[in-house]
Amino acid sequence: MTLNLTINGVRVEAEEGESLLDVARRNGFEIPSLCHHEAVAAYGACRLCLVEVTKGGRKKLTTSCNYEVLGGIEVVTESAAIRRHRAMVLELILAEAPESATVKALAAEYGVTRSRFAASGAGEDRDGCILCGLCARVCAEVVGANALTFRKRGDNRQMGTPFVEEPQTCIACGACAWVCPTSCVGFDEQNGERKVHRWKRSLPLAKTEKGHAFAPQFQLFHFRKLAKLEADFYKKAPGER
Amino acid sequence: MTRIGKASELAAYRAELLKKRPADAKVVAVCCGTGCNAYGAQKVYAAFAAELAKQGVKDWALRSTGCHGFCERGTLVVMFPEGMLYQRVKPEDVAEIVEKTLKGGETLERFLYDDPVTGEKHRLEHEIPFYKHQERLILGQNGQLNPESIDDYIALGGYLGLAKALEHGADWTLEEVKKANVRGRGGGGFPAGKKWETCRNAKSDKHYVICNADEGDPGAFMDRSVLEGNPHSVIEGMIIGALAIGSDEGFIYVRHEYPLAVKRLEQALVEARGLGLLGEKILGSSLSFDIRINRGGGAFVCGESTALMASIEGRVGEPRAKHINTAIQGLYNKPSNLNNVETWANIPLVINRGAEWYTSIGTKGSTGTKIFSLVGKVNNTGLVEVPMGMTLRKIIFEIGGGIPAGRKFKAVQTGGPSGGCLPAEKLDLPVDFDTLWNEGSMMGSGGMIVMDDRTCMVDVAKYFLGFLKFESCGKCTTCREGIRRLHELVTAVTEGRATEETLQLIEDLSETVEAASLCALGTTATNPVRSTLKFFREEYLAHVKERRCPAAVCKTLIRYDINEKCTGCMVCAKRCPQKCISGERKKLHVIDQSKCIKCGICLDVCKFDAVEVK
Ligand SMILES: Cc1cc2nc3c(=O)[nH]c(=O)nc-3n(C[C@H](O)[C@H](O)[C@H](O)COP(=O)(O)O)c2cc1C
Ligand code: SF4
Ligand code: SF4
Ligand code: SF4
Ligand code: SF4
Ligand code: FES
Repeated sequence: MTLNLTINGVRVEAEEGESLLDVARRNGFEIPSLCHHEAVAAYGACRLCLVEVTKGGRKKLTTSCNYEVLGGIEVVTESAAIRRHRAMVLELILAEAPESATVKALAAEYGVTRSRFAASGAGEDRDGCILCGLCARVCAEVVGANALTFRKRGDNRQMGTPFVEEPQTCIACGACAWVCPTSCVGFDEQNGERKVHRWKRSLPLAKTEKGHAFAPQFQLFHFRKLAKLEADFYKKAPGER
Repeated sequence: MTRIGKASELAAYRAELLKKRPADAKVVAVCCGTGCNAYGAQKVYAAFAAELAKQGVKDWALRSTGCHGFCERGTLVVMFPEGMLYQRVKPEDVAEIVEKTLKGGETLERFLYDDPVTGEKHRLEHEIPFYKHQERLILGQNGQLNPESIDDYIALGGYLGLAKALEHGADWTLEEVKKANVRGRGGGGFPAGKKWETCRNAKSDKHYVICNADEGDPGAFMDRSVLEGNPHSVIEGMIIGALAIGSDEGFIYVRHEYPLAVKRLEQALVEARGLGLLGEKILGSSLSFDIRINRGGGAFVCGESTALMASIEGRVGEPRAKHINTAIQGLYNKPSNLNNVETWANIPLVINRGAEWYTSIGTKGSTGTKIFSLVGKVNNTGLVEVPMGMTLRKIIFEIGGGIPAGRKFKAVQTGGPSGGCLPAEKLDLPVDFDTLWNEGSMMGSGGMIVMDDRTCMVDVAKYFLGFLKFESCGKCTTCREGIRRLHELVTAVTEGRATEETLQLIEDLSETVEAASLCALGTTATNPVRSTLKFFREEYLAHVKERRCPAAVCKTLIRYDINEKCTGCMVCAKRCPQKCISGERKKLHVIDQSKCIKCGICLDVCKFDAVEVK
């Protein structure tokens, strides 16, 4: 069913089940986000995608990534209050990830160039992680490896592998490092080995017939199963086929 | 046990029970609630059982009951029908009580309650100021029944509300609850009837009815007292709710730390099923409904509705966005009606005695009574149940008996960790949902902490922020980082490291935490800091501008000194854990400030008022 709503006074159409963030962006309205990725379910952790929604005469602030659009709502994506709250959220985040280029650039857009809060100091060491949960969602929903999870609560919260040891189900695909907004996962290949630093996972790379190392054996096995490929599919690297 | 096959047969069953229990029966009721148990109530009960047998007493029955509310005076023993209250009874007192009071009819003065303010002694329970001004609609039954006996409950009129609801049908029942305007006692104060209606109107093959018994507020134990003291009242309320909503399955989500409540509930469920009050075709009607018990996840946040439902489903107890109401899409995505323990316990009363009677109690906007856990710097502490709309002053000074040791009232914190602190100017406010909310505090689940002039309000704000930063689920940036940073900033104030800019940052950050967090833990977490900043700004400013803690609580900002009143008795020097007080016998003593850890022991032990704190 097609729904009609307005965003910043402009009438737009949306399909039932779409998120407000997706609809707004599709129509050219900018909304910042750090915990959202179209490939995985919305989670609502960073609180940056805050917008104002008026429904049945009642106004309220809400995150747009996990808000399913409704017909007849009026949405405002920018206002003084929204900017003020986003700036404060970015100031909190900047203190956790002061090195992240993405966070720094976004913060600067909101006039935040330094954080008044002391360097992290969280209960558990975070090393630049802002606990957006994207890595775990990608690992579970896209890769299917379920290697990562949140641990503990409150200011002791941490992202990691369930028992703080090398994650046995991790295939070292690197998807988590790819989606991480603060680039704090760390991922590289050296001497025939692939390493995912944050999770302390390293796997030897499989070699093609021509002797090129190109992906961890584990990952190839996993993908072959997922995509139902023939057993020798990865004997050739993509460039060799 | 035989099933009662028809609603109308319940009255006959009850009549049979009453024949065996005349209204003037002599009963010794020993409070075996959690508080009294801590004072050895079980042993008192056992001693009564033994003594009654030993002394051959036949005309007195013995009853173990749930919490009577006046826990600090435990173990409490009430003798019916007259209602004489003996307090602070110990096992070794029992032989004498049986001999002199039960057999001899003599009143033993030393067990009577003596008013700490007037020194007056009171014989009867209902004459004691603590009880006199209460209206114990819910808690009152606790003293009159054994929570492990469904017959005790039925004898008091239990399950008659259910019979009446079945007789009049679902529509009538819903209307009655709506008319009574019962508002949720678990925190939000949302009208129960409205929620029931939303849930019932949500199209689905399945509707759930859930009881929130997660009670996570530090120091709160009203729900626990109801569950342990009168489990059937909650169960009956839920069955009536199931009828009105059209549900066949219910859950009671009980806080992890309440094993006795679980045991009592389990037994009550078995007894209710046995009599045909629960399960298939309840009282021979077309209503089938059963209840299961879930043990809580052990975190404060699990009491939040969406987290609670996730936890019942076996997932991590973490709140999710509620753009669609849980009454429409809740547990397993089905319409689910969640109410608090005390809310459910009100339902049988509403149905039994009617909405008109119910709305005559309390105020127009907040009907009925509310149970508070009255604690802190107040003479009488315990559970109090009062009609809504009673003033804070009456609760604290008449029921609570005022502030001990002649100190001055400073503030009262209502609503649990996310409530606000109200100053003396607000003492004449009526306690109801809307008034408290408009003042920046809330009813919450009914916590009421009284503070005297030795309390530092900045320190209070720090305490609650410390609790919440640990209990936040950690999902939202604003809640997880926001509360942690607020705690950091307020700590800086208590340590004299803050400026007026810090106060501004506290205010700005509070605004964002409130506006941008996902669930009510985050959106209300700033109440303690905001309300103290509003009502006690001077105290914050003293910390910031003068590096002084007016209440002499914040360690970094205070020092202990010994003045010329010192007689050289040497008591402080002996008790000081740091051994940093020096001085000869009968000479002025001196504190070595470099070693002092500001524990305050010297102040407490000095009999001559010679130790001062600044
Ligand atoms: C962090 C948090 C903790 C809560 N804990 C409880 C609780 O322990 N017991 C309770 O009844 N309600 C609790 N609530 C309120 C519930 O979410 C819900 O509003 C309530 O159970 C609904 O019942 P009522 O309408 O009868 O009050 C809590 C809410 C939040 C945000
Ligand atoms: S590298 Fe490991 S943890 Fe990261 S997404 Fe792939 S499987 Fe999951
Ligand atoms: S590691 Fe990166 S992707 Fe994962 S939670 Fe932390 S910031 Fe987000
Ligand atoms: S507001 Fe706090 S407790 Fe609630 S979901 Fe967000 S982080 Fe969790
Ligand atoms: S405050 Fe404690 S440590 Fe300091 S002098 Fe007194 S007793 Fe000793
Ligand atoms: S993108 Fe919506 S909360 Fe992070």
